[in-house]
Formats: sequence, structure tokens, C-alpha cells
Amino acid sequence: MTTAARTVLTLAALTLKEAARRRVLRALAALTVVLLALSAWGFSRIAAETDSLTSGEAKLVASQVLNLVMFGMSLIAALGTAFLAGPTLAGEIESGMALSVLARPVHRSAVLVGKWLGLVAFGSGFVAVAGLAQFLIVRATVGYWPPQPVAGLALLAAQTTVLLTLGLLLATVVSPMASGIVSVGLFGATWIAGVVSGIGEVLRNESLARVGTVSRMVLPTDGLWRGAMHSFQDPTALAQFGAEMDGFPFLSLAPLTLTYLAWTAVWVALILALTSVSFLRRDL
Amino acid sequence: MTAGPTARPGGLGVDEARRLAELPPSPAVWCSGLRKRYGRQTAVDGVSFTVGRGEIVGLLGPNGAGKTSVIKILLGLVRPDAGEVLLLGRPARDPRSRARVGYLPELFRYQPWLTPGEVLALHVRLAGVAVPAEERRACLATVGLADRADDRVGGFSKGMQQRLGLAVALVARPELVVLDEPTSALDPVGRADVRDLLLALRSRQVAVLLNSHLIGEVERVCDRVVILDKGRVAAAGSLPELLGRRELRLRLGGVSAGAEQRLAAVGPLTRDGDSFTVALPAEADPTTVPDLVADLVALGVRVHAVEPGRISLEERLLGILRAGREGDR
Repeated sequence: MTTAARTVLTLAALTLKEAARRRVLRALAALTVVLLALSAWGFSRIAAETDSLTSGEAKLVASQVLNLVMFGMSLIAALGTAFLAGPTLAGEIESGMALSVLARPVHRSAVLVGKWLGLVAFGSGFVAVAGLAQFLIVRATVGYWPPQPVAGLALLAAQTTVLLTLGLLLATVVSPMASGIVSVGLFGATWIAGVVSGIGEVLRNESLARVGTVSRMVLPTDGLWRGAMHSFQDPTALAQFGAEMDGFPFLSLAPLTLTYLAWTAVWVALILALTSVSFLRRDL
Repeated sequence: MTAGPTARPGGLGVDEARRLAELPPSPAVWCSGLRKRYGRQTAVDGVSFTVGRGEIVGLLGPNGAGKTSVIKILLGLVRPDAGEVLLLGRPARDPRSRARVGYLPELFRYQPWLTPGEVLALHVRLAGVAVPAEERRACLATVGLADRADDRVGGFSKGMQQRLGLAVALVARPELVVLDEPTSALDPVGRADVRDLLLALRSRQVAVLLNSHLIGEVERVCDRVVILDKGRVAAAGSLPELLGRRELRLRLGGVSAGAEQRLAAVGPLTRDGDSFTVALPAEADPTTVPDLVADLVALGVRVHAVEPGRISLEERLLGILRAGREGDR
């Protein structure tokens, strides 16, 4: 194993251990359990009410509510990783914890990639476990199973990755707490931009619609989120009622294009490279 | 790159390789013309020095003299604006130059969610050295943390964290150890432990660069001293070189003319009643003093007291720094 690979894997393992042992994990677990419990109760109420609905309507409602709950989940994942990514780098530089690690025969970029990899593994693991639990709850309560669960969860994991990469970049220039707050703020802003753009489409207002397109390019979280939603909702129900639901924030009409996924990968690589440059130049 | 005592591997004939292997090892630290500015403040201004293998070198100077900046430049933590650094014969730009270097930062803090044992395991992995678990435990024991090996670092006091920092600096079998204020959080017992540790390192031919405010500490263990002031090397040299002549103070009774002659044979003599002061040559023979005493006794002199005297490093340091200040005016 080369030195760089060893450094990356060692730091990734260290980051996972940190995530597992710090309070942020417990907070994350508690939030997730609350959300899962609330959704279980909510879905059981839907199940009780759906007698009066057609099966298509019921599926559409289930899709919408599932998307709503998954949005909450992605928000928890975003908050958790953004507040983990910031402190893990900036906090270590500030406290001096980074000094003894970086004085070892390691490349700074390998240390950075190791941390990033650990955070990605943590975020994706959380999304997979919590998402799967949610699907099982929905299946048990209303008998709905999303059409592309794996693809959807992968997109949610990608969304988390995008956000934590941004958090890492910000952490090399601003304080740990600020980097968490700013990245979560940007995440919210692009989501709102997406909603605004949806309204723009309904109103056939091109400049409003462009807001979302641009923000989805600048920060791909909202685009990935829309792709994930598309994998969670029932296609037949959507085809039936979709036109009426245009612009609704918790339904997505179009799947993601490969070009957009490629752009996301490029975006992550670019931000990581930028972070690496900023980290390399930094005097500790 | 300026010519440094470096070995270029690769592309060598058998003969050349053999001759290279016979060369004395490159110094543990070689740095030349280091310069660093932070905004308009010049922190390091043309610093050059070497630390030989197995040598303990003390870095002294007032607050803000640039000692920590120099150390961070050596370890690649701060990028110098100019200058060259070789660690154990490799340019410091190459991270591999730090493979055999241990470091205790001035600002020491270790992952609070890990145990000391895990911290050492992490550093051993990062250093790329295979150190068996018993050796790591032994390392924790040397710094007095053997019974805390399984507690979380988060619950440690400052002093215990600094002890852990020492273990981290020592665990990966270093050939050079850089200690930045290693006793700042330690009690007197801890300080004595560090002194013993330094002497043990020297006996194992491990080079040490020691930055300390405690001049007594430096004076007791260091072979050489580099004094920094306002980012420049104000003075450097071995302790005898820096402290100049040593002297011998004696209190004697019944001193005959012959005895006085014997005293004067050692070096310039001053007398004040029954107190005699003989200046010793800078590199006195270790037998000079015992021989002198034996001869004096044989000459019938009553010897009440013999004490070596020398200007303390503290006096010398203050002298150098004050001379520097006056030179500025």
C-alpha cells in the first residue's frame, strides 16, 4: 500500500471513529428516531383515511408524504454532516490537534481526502440505514414501496456528499461553527430557489424558473434531491395526476439526467481540489 | 537549491554507493536562510543552524523571537518565504523527510474521543512504522501514563496531555525529536522526568531540538544552544563556547609561595584574603582540578572549599539580548 493510500484510509477510519464517538451521532440518532416515529404515526393515520381514496390517489398521497419525510431525513443528514465536517477540519487546526498529525510523513491532501472519505462513508451510511427504516415503516403502514429505492438513497447520499464537501471547503477559510451554518444556509437557499423555480414554471415566468436552474448548477443539492424524490414516488400515480401537481415542492416530474450526475461529480472534485489548495497554503 | 549535506540516491555505481554509505550521516536538521513574514511582521529573518545526529540543541530567546515559527517551518507546518531545510538528509518539502521525526507542539491537543493507546497507534500508522503493542505500552509507561492507557484523552489534565504528547513524539522510533516547550504544563517531578528522558534519548543517539523557556533545563541537558532574538540568530554555539571561561573558586588556608605558584600554573589567579579564583582554560583537562587539589594538599595547604564557578546561561543570555537591544538604538 502506498503512503498516500495508507494516510487516506487511516484518516477515513479516524473520522468514522470520531463520528461514532462524538455527541453529534447521538443527536443525529435521536432526531432520526423522532422523525421515524412521527412518520410511522402519520402513515398509520393515512392508512386509516385512505378507504375513501382511489388506489391511485392513495399512492400519490403516500409518495408525497414519503418525500416530505425523506426531506426531513435529508435535512438531518445535511445538518449532521455539515456540523461534523466543519469542526473536524477547522476545529483541529484551531485547537492544535492537526499539528502533530500533519508533522507526520503525510501529504496534506491525503489527510484531507481521508477526512472527506470518512465523512462520505458516515453520511451515506446514515442515509442508507435511516432511509431503509423509513421505507419499511411506509411498507408496513400503507403498503407502499418506492419504485427505485437504491437509486433514490444513492442520490440522497450524493446530496449529503455535496454538502459536506462544501462544509470542508468553508472550514478551511472560516471558523468551524460558521462553516456549518453557512453550508446549511446555502442548502436551504438552493431548496427555496428550487421551489421558486417550480412556481416560475407554473406561472410560465422564465426568469423565475431560471433561478432554480442556476442554483441547481451552483450547488447541486437541490437537483439531487429532486432526482431522489423522483425515485421515491409512484410513476403511475404521477402520470395520472402529475399535470395538476406541477410546481409542488414534494413531487418531482423529471428524473435526473446523466449529464447532471456527471456535473455533480465534477463539482465535488472541483470543490475538493479547491479545499486542498486552500489547505496546502495554510500556515498552521 | 543551495548545497547542503545531502545524499542523492539513484543512478550510483557500486563504488559510489559504497563510498556514500561510508560518509558520516547527514545532520538531523540543516536549515539555511529561513525567512518568514506574517503581514508586515517579520517573524523569522535569515535563520540558519544545524543539529547533529545524537545532539541536543536548545533553542532559546524571548517571547516572539520566532522560535515556534522556526520549528514549524522545519516540520513543514509553515511555509517559509525563503530558505532551505533538510531533515535527516532529505529536503523538508518531501513529507518522507519526517518519517523519523517526532514532534511535541507547543499547542498540544490530542483527539479527545480516543484513548492514549489509540492515539499512539494512529501516529505509528501515519509514520509508517511497525511498532508492536508492547513497545507502544512501554512508551506510555515512560511518560507515566501506563495506568491510563484505556481512558479517553478528553478527561486528561493539561499535564497528562503533555505527557501523552511526549509519548507521541517518541513512539515511532524517531531519529530526531522536536520538543516545543515540553514542560510548560508539567510539575517539577514531570520536568525532572523530561530531563531524564532527554538524556536517555542522547544516549540512544537520537537528536533533539528543544525549545524551552526554562534556561536551567536547557543548560543541564543541551550540547549546543541557538539563541534567537527578533527572528535572527543572536548567538549559537556549544555551552563552553557561549559561556566562555570557567573558573575555580577555592578557600584555602596555609598557602605557601610554592602553593600559590602551583595555583597560578593552572590559569590567571586572583586572591582576596583566603579566597582564590583561578580561571580555567575553556576546554580544561578533566584531571586539572583533582590534580591541583592533590598537589595543594601535598604542599601542606588546608583546603576548605573548592567550587567550580561559571557564568550561568541565564546571565549570558540576558547579556546577549541586552547587547542586541543596545545595538538597535
